[in-house]
Amino acid sequence: MKKKFFWRIALIVAATVLSVLFFLPSTQIRSSLPEWLQKYGMVLGLDLQGGVHLVYEVIGDKAVDVTLDRRVLHLMNVFKEKKVEGAKAVRNNRDILVTPDTKEVIGIVLGEFSDLVEYSRSDGGLVYRLDDREIARIKDFAAEQALETIRNRVDQFGVSEPTIHRQAESELVIQLPGVKDAKRAIDLVGKTAILEFKLLDDESPIAAQLPSSIPLDLEDETRQQYADQLPEGDELMFGRERNKETGVETKRVYLMKKQSLMTGEFLTESRVNIDQRFNEPYVGISFDSTGAKLFEEITSNNINKRLAIILDGNVYSAPVIRDRIAGGDAQITGTFTMQEAKDLAIVLRSGSLPAPLKMLQNVTVGPSLGRDSIDAGFKAGIIGAILVIIFMILYYKMSGLIADFALVLNIVFLVGVLSAFSATLTLPGIAGIILAIGMAVDSNVLMFERIREEIRVGKTPRAAIDSGYDKAFWTIFDSHVTTLITAVVLFQFGTGPIKGFAVTLGWGVFINLFTALIGTKTIFDLITSKREVKSLSI
Amino acid sequence: MIEIIKKTNIDFMGKRNIALAVSGILILIGFVAIIQIARGAANLGIDFAGGTSVQIKFNRSIPLQDIRDVLAQGDVTDFDLQDLPSENKILIRIKKGEETLGNMSTKIISILSQEFSESNVVVDSTTEIGPKVGARLRKDAMWAIMAAIIGILIYITVRFQFRFSVGATVATFHDVLAVLCIFYLMGKEINLILVSALLMIAGYSLTDTVVVFDRIRENLKFKGRKSTIDIVNQSLNEVLSRTIITSLTTFFAACALFVLGGEVIHDFAFAIMLGIIIGTYSSMFVASPIVLLMGHERAFSKR
Repeated sequence: MKKKFFWRIALIVAATVLSVLFFLPSTQIRSSLPEWLQKYGMVLGLDLQGGVHLVYEVIGDKAVDVTLDRRVLHLMNVFKEKKVEGAKAVRNNRDILVTPDTKEVIGIVLGEFSDLVEYSRSDGGLVYRLDDREIARIKDFAAEQALETIRNRVDQFGVSEPTIHRQAESELVIQLPGVKDAKRAIDLVGKTAILEFKLLDDESPIAAQLPSSIPLDLEDETRQQYADQLPEGDELMFGRERNKETGVETKRVYLMKKQSLMTGEFLTESRVNIDQRFNEPYVGISFDSTGAKLFEEITSNNINKRLAIILDGNVYSAPVIRDRIAGGDAQITGTFTMQEAKDLAIVLRSGSLPAPLKMLQNVTVGPSLGRDSIDAGFKAGIIGAILVIIFMILYYKMSGLIADFALVLNIVFLVGVLSAFSATLTLPGIAGIILAIGMAVDSNVLMFERIREEIRVGKTPRAAIDSGYDKAFWTIFDSHVTTLITAVVLFQFGTGPIKGFAVTLGWGVFINLFTALIGTKTIFDLITSKREVKSLSI
Repeated sequence: MIEIIKKTNIDFMGKRNIALAVSGILILIGFVAIIQIARGAANLGIDFAGGTSVQIKFNRSIPLQDIRDVLAQGDVTDFDLQDLPSENKILIRIKKGEETLGNMSTKIISILSQEFSESNVVVDSTTEIGPKVGARLRKDAMWAIMAAIIGILIYITVRFQFRFSVGATVATFHDVLAVLCIFYLMGKEINLILVSALLMIAGYSLTDTVVVFDRIRENLKFKGRKSTIDIVNQSLNEVLSRTIITSLTTFFAACALFVLGGEVIHDFAFAIMLGIIIGTYSSMFVASPIVLLMGHERAFSKR
């Protein structure tokens, strides 16, 4: 064998061996492979494996509101400390209105917060705003913190290979492959989890007139109905209840003081416990020392009143305070299932989100659909390949067989490359591979047709092959580059499944060039080099 | 040597007026389709329109009317129902971008699993797309098609001549529009998967066109006393068998996908099949006549 063949054949054999090697981890024998090999192999996309793909928007404006509220509170405290008579700070949307506009007050405001900018003056007061850079920073920080918190929750939830990242300025993309209970995962990820403790206003006469519970979807109507009658500083809140005998769900109505006495920021731990008497799960929480002190103060000041435990605006329970509670432990009871209690504990433990989330997109694929898709794709691929292979042999005889050989190499290499880069295989990606089967033979068809033309003109097989290849080369090259452009564009704009398609299409182009120009050509050269071939089976 | 087509001598260019008329109509309807899509009047998939879709699998076949009744009772309105009777699956779609996602799908699933609890309800997939994402995907898709076409235009200009690149671009655009036109007329859903199919068709049709142009360019070098029209005809005849064979093999693969590839891929494969037929036609009857329309004899002489 001549040397030039040796290298080309060695290249083909090596590429084949590597492809098969890299592909092995994609199969079921993965666990029995050596460890260094296990990290290769194709990854199944969410559409094939099943799972949840979520896109959320972090409502950064809410985080800005919260920051402004904190500042107003802080300013009021400073005014009190420094005994500035009549000084007041109020938030109105993005404005902080400070009165009066005396030098002393202005001095305090600017001394405390250098990033507040004087915006306008109005009847004896000053309007301050946050500067734009600070607003942008708050929003950015909110998104970053939300990302961290969600990552934390997902880790505790136990998803094997989650992808969680930011997209654009305020969006979070969360992919949870293999998750079976999508609703549970969505609840866990999207909960703002702001824990608040508020007092019920049972002394107000209106409290007795309120219905004790209402049907599920009448919240807004009830709120409207009593809007004018509520005492100053009070609001209506609701809590979900389930009748244990009938299973019917209703909402309990609470008259609540608006001011929140304490929030979840002092929380250090949360865990699921079982109530010994009723054998029901509840969530036990612990506060740090500051929180414990605060909680003790609240309870000792409000004995015999009812203290509501509220999560994201929903009242979970409102027990009567029997005694001062020291030590910083509290319980959240409710009609939980074990799983709900567990999830609540996770959410509380990983902390609240700095701003609420808005769901922009939710794509959930069940595991059975994914498996059906793989089966269907596999079947279609085999049948498609067989059709093409048979056709090529019928039409081009021996040369068709060579083209088929190149076709098989093509598929092997494509799968190998995808495995080596641990590319994500999606359903459109499978479609891409199958179409690549059809198109892979194109380069060979181009050359064969050229070779046939050369033979018709009367050239010897050897010369016909050489000039056929030469003439077809630039055509093949041009047509591949144009396909590559499409693949790059698809990759750029595509999301998830379509990216998968672009990846297979793009690699298909390179591999096809390789198999057509090196694979088939080598075999032709081998055939014609040994002896002077009189006729070519083409 | 088996030959599907013996040495042919078809006067492709003689039929170019008929071809241009047919293609003109296709392109026109294609433009109408685009306007309708922009107006939101076409059958947009929920990835573009925003909305909710839920696919449910039962263990027996359930009449669509039953499902319709049950959902209507549960206050679900404005939904499309589609069934895949062979697999006992149904697809419920609501094309209304809701402000708060998540409620609709939960509602549908809970209604169906309650009412058909004896039929082993399995949720195959749920998709919910908010209006913001829908609008963005629509915009991205438009940009993608534009970017692909501009990229191709530049490449062909560099490799051939501007005239050729106009021909190739018009042909590519033609194919994309024609497939879109057929989908629109058939009332089929226009979604992200279709857009990837369209881009794929653009790539495929271009390959075809490039092969033809390559041959025209080559033959023009040894033009002799023949007219340009004759050269174009001769070139088209020479590459005809290649065009048909490649189209056939790709068509086989697309057919396999169409028949066996499962419901998600079904329309994708259908678009590809259409694209193969139209792309083959356009490289012969659209791309080359346009090059002729644009150029004088001189324009072909160099390179």
